[in-house]
Amino acid sequence: MNYTFQFGEILANSDLLLRGLKLTILLFAIAFSGALVCGLFIGLARGSALRVPNLIATAYIEIFRNTPVLVQLIWFYYALPALSGWQPSAFTAAALGLFLNTSAYCAEIWRAGLQSLPAGQWEAGRAIGMSEWQLLRRVAVPQAFSRMVPAFTNRGVELAKMTSIASTITVQELMYEAKMLSTQTFLPLETFTIVAVIYFVLIYPGTLAAYALERRLNSKGA
Amino acid sequence: MVDVTSASVPPVLAPPVLAVEGLHKSFGSNEVLKGIDLKVAAGERIAILGSSGSGKSTLLRCINFMETPSAGRIALDGTSIGVEGRGGAITARSGELRRLRTRVGMIFQQFNLFPHMTVLENVMEGPVTVKGMNRKEARATAQDYLKRVGLSDKAEQYPQRLSGGQQQRVAIARALAMEPEILLFDEPTSSLDPELVGEVLDVILGLSKEGRTMLLVTHELGFAYHFATRVLFLHEGRIHEQGTPDEVLKNPREERTQAFLRRFSAFHF
Amino acid sequence: MQYVWDFRPVWLNFGVLLEGLVNTLKLSGFSIGLGLAIGLVLAMGRLAPSRIVSIPATAIIEFYRNTPPLVHFFWYFYGLPILTGISLTPFAAAAAALSVQSGAFFAEVFRGGIISVDRGQWEAGRAIGMSHVQLMRRIILPQAFRRMIPPLMERSFELVKTTSLAATLTYGELVYKAMVLATQTYRPMEIYSTVAVMFFTVLFVASLGMRAVEHRLARRAAR
Ligand SMILES: Nc1ncnc2c1ncn2[C@@H]1O[C@H](COP(=O)(O)OP(=O)(O)O)[C@@H](O)[C@H]1O
Ligand SMILES: [Mg+2]
Repeated sequence: MNYTFQFGEILANSDLLLRGLKLTILLFAIAFSGALVCGLFIGLARGSALRVPNLIATAYIEIFRNTPVLVQLIWFYYALPALSGWQPSAFTAAALGLFLNTSAYCAEIWRAGLQSLPAGQWEAGRAIGMSEWQLLRRVAVPQAFSRMVPAFTNRGVELAKMTSIASTITVQELMYEAKMLSTQTFLPLETFTIVAVIYFVLIYPGTLAAYALERRLNSKGA
Repeated sequence: MVDVTSASVPPVLAPPVLAVEGLHKSFGSNEVLKGIDLKVAAGERIAILGSSGSGKSTLLRCINFMETPSAGRIALDGTSIGVEGRGGAITARSGELRRLRTRVGMIFQQFNLFPHMTVLENVMEGPVTVKGMNRKEARATAQDYLKRVGLSDKAEQYPQRLSGGQQQRVAIARALAMEPEILLFDEPTSSLDPELVGEVLDVILGLSKEGRTMLLVTHELGFAYHFATRVLFLHEGRIHEQGTPDEVLKNPREERTQAFLRRFSAFHF
Repeated sequence: MQYVWDFRPVWLNFGVLLEGLVNTLKLSGFSIGLGLAIGLVLAMGRLAPSRIVSIPATAIIEFYRNTPPLVHFFWYFYGLPILTGISLTPFAAAAAALSVQSGAFFAEVFRGGIISVDRGQWEAGRAIGMSHVQLMRRIILPQAFRRMIPPLMERSFELVKTTSLAATLTYGELVYKAMVLATQTYRPMEIYSTVAVMFFTVLFVASLGMRAVEHRLARRAAR
């Protein structure tokens, strides 16, 4: 076993990979920012005492957490045009699927975070006449959010990995370009090694940040 | 039963600022308040006594609708809050509740300051967010109230850095900044170390000199004696005895009141 | 626009989907078993006193936790044979990728459980002269095990969902069967909806089961 690696040829095509990388990052940014916000509202519904919103949110969360994201992406790819008559691009379908999927997970983080706030904080806000929305914006979210950041960061890491699945519905992100490159160059070993490293370099800082944030929170709590 | 209309109760001349009529509150099958009638005139200071679980907190919390009464009526200046819904419970719109709470301030046993805001921001929060006051004016108001509770120098600190007594004084300033007509205190000194109780009670006594209407739940009988114009003794969800501090604290008529007070043999007036 | 659902092609080919589901479960079961073994080795490695062992173990764990599984599927299927000269079947490549990646996650669960055991237990074991391995096997792991069960199960559910990526290697698990059927019948909506329901049923029932187990563990711990 003395295979000579030919990384040079892959690196010569780095513009292809770079183009894919841009789309990967775009996919991530759209899905993540959307999910952070949307997750709040689903999480509120999930934690609410109102039967109907609670039921809908619970169903939403359970459906997205108990099916493979690949199936979700494919489903949206076919379902959107069939059900709405609107033919989204593969990118739009993937962004939407990843966004909806991550929203479900973010909802659980929001719910747990908001529920961890001491009851006295809600009461104190109510006692000076705040509306529920003001309470959320001024009292609950600013306090709970910092405790939720590690969990959100972990979610971001999961999402970043998930973006690669968009390649299966022909979104030309990093993984897609890698597949193309590996067949063009006949160098799959080198291509997928390099791409794995690119993903790692991109994602690992997020994990490290989550570790650090968690440690800081724990030491603050102690 | 007790004759609550006896002459010992201060006559109510002006229409009461607060009227509680036939107030009932149940949690599930546990009936905590079993019919409370209470009229509070402007400037009255009412100390509420009673053993743990007698419903003191629940009474205060029903007055500002932190708990929804199961039956009965709560009226401010003669206007009822909410409307009677199904099964006697009162339902009120959230807007009406918010207005009510700007008129009735509450101070908690656990202070409940907002930890992510400085002392000054805590006091400004109500005026700015709820009343829509501009920040400059709110800042001046907040500084005023902080001065009143003797904490001008702590304005830029975060609550965690303050002692319990200081935190409770900030909480009082936060409630005052809303300029409420009535103040509710739920055991404001019960979670304080003994040496910090005095500074909080001094602030509350100071407020009583301004003629504010206040309802205060406390176990500090000596303080209640000096503070109150009227003392209520609550027992199992009913007003068991009421009267002037002298009547209730020095010469209680009811056996239960006497038994309750004997447990505090060590208090001095 | 009104979409007209037609589930007949699904019922007619339901046997194919069931076969796919069986393959999904086969791949899952195999990878969970192998993944647990790999995870235990990696966790022991990361916790080993010697740095020559702990650094590579840590590197493997962190690398696999922070890279997309799909890349590993392709790496094991298309890349590894070039290195070893042995080509892997789609099943073998998928199982290898899944096992190693889940192993990295399982390792962190094992490690978390192990370090959560009270310091005094380690010291007590050392005080009676136990070796590192004896200590681990006799004292620490039995205590840590109970705490590990819920996260291990959680991670296993993740793995079941990830098996769907084996479709990209043409392994005949549920999603691959669905892809084939979809092109044959032109009824992708109905087929993928059914597949989603099948996954949901399996995973939801499993997570209900997990909650019951968690409940029992909590009760037993309370006693
Ligand atoms: N939110 C609640 N839910 C259920 N029971 C409650 C609630 N709040 C108070 N209670 C019950 O009501 C009774 C009176 O409580 P409370 O008004 O706090 O008494 P006090 O303040 O006089 O000690 C107690 O038995 C308590 O358990
Ligand atoms: Mg109380």
